[in-house]
Amino acid sequence: MEREAEVDLARRLMTGDANAFDRFVEHFRAKIFHYSWLMCGQREDAEDVAQDTLLKVFESFDQLREAERVRPWVFRIARNACLMKRRKSVFAPARELSLDDFMPAMSHQGGYAKLQIADWSGLPDRQVMQSEMKYVLDQAIGELPENYKSVLLMRDVEELSTLETAQVLDLTEDVVKTRLHRARLAVRQKLDEYLRSGGHLLSSHTEGE
Amino acid sequence: MESHERTEKCKEVFSLLSEYLNLELPPGACHEMEAHIAGCPPCVEFAESLRKTVELCRRYQPAELPVPLGNDAREQLLEAYQKMLGGRKALS
Repeated sequence: MEREAEVDLARRLMTGDANAFDRFVEHFRAKIFHYSWLMCGQREDAEDVAQDTLLKVFESFDQLREAERVRPWVFRIARNACLMKRRKSVFAPARELSLDDFMPAMSHQGGYAKLQIADWSGLPDRQVMQSEMKYVLDQAIGELPENYKSVLLMRDVEELSTLETAQVLDLTEDVVKTRLHRARLAVRQKLDEYLRSGGHLLSSHTEGE
Repeated sequence: MESHERTEKCKEVFSLLSEYLNLELPPGACHEMEAHIAGCPPCVEFAESLRKTVELCRRYQPAELPVPLGNDAREQLLEAYQKMLGGRKALS
């Protein structure tokens, strides 16, 4: 669902239109579950976070002043519910990612320097990812340190703006930018390793095999 | 720049690439970066791989879905919504 449709549902709920209720719940429940599953790592915790978040959302729906802000507003509540849950379960210490770890090496062939990375040129922009690739992406995102993962999920998966992400996560915009870049580099590196080991990115590669 | 050795400029491009892709760089820095990338195949190749990574993240769909919402859980949420609406009416 696009953000526009989401905003429309929020606007209807704000005016007391209960017909929007089930679609809103279904849509955001899946989103929050996915986010908290990646953040908490446990299915059961993620189910709880989704319910706790939605409960809080409906209890305080009248505090949402602008329907346009519904996505960051819901994720701000989800993020707090996730933190509460994590306090009760696993606590992973913060780990920093360094830019230097992601700078690819160069090799020299016939007088030309070449980056030692996979060939990404064959990957079209819009095509269904094959299941193995999805798994690799799941792993790559899942393995990010929490403080980087939360930024990547907000910026690239949920497509919040830098400012919205900063507000959801209580960070400055500069920190969001720094962490996003390192998180992307870490994910890129994992995908690159997968491609270099002979993995494919597209479903068409495995069809009929 | 015949052999395209990695320069300080390449390192700068590497460190600012996400801001470039997000169109968050000031115009001056953006033009400088584009001027460098235009003559540096390794930077083009790396920038393309990062752009495609971002594209994959944007198309990323959950591998896991929640179990269907139970009746009790739905009732709990609906009750909270109706209570919020009721409280608002009481105030007005």
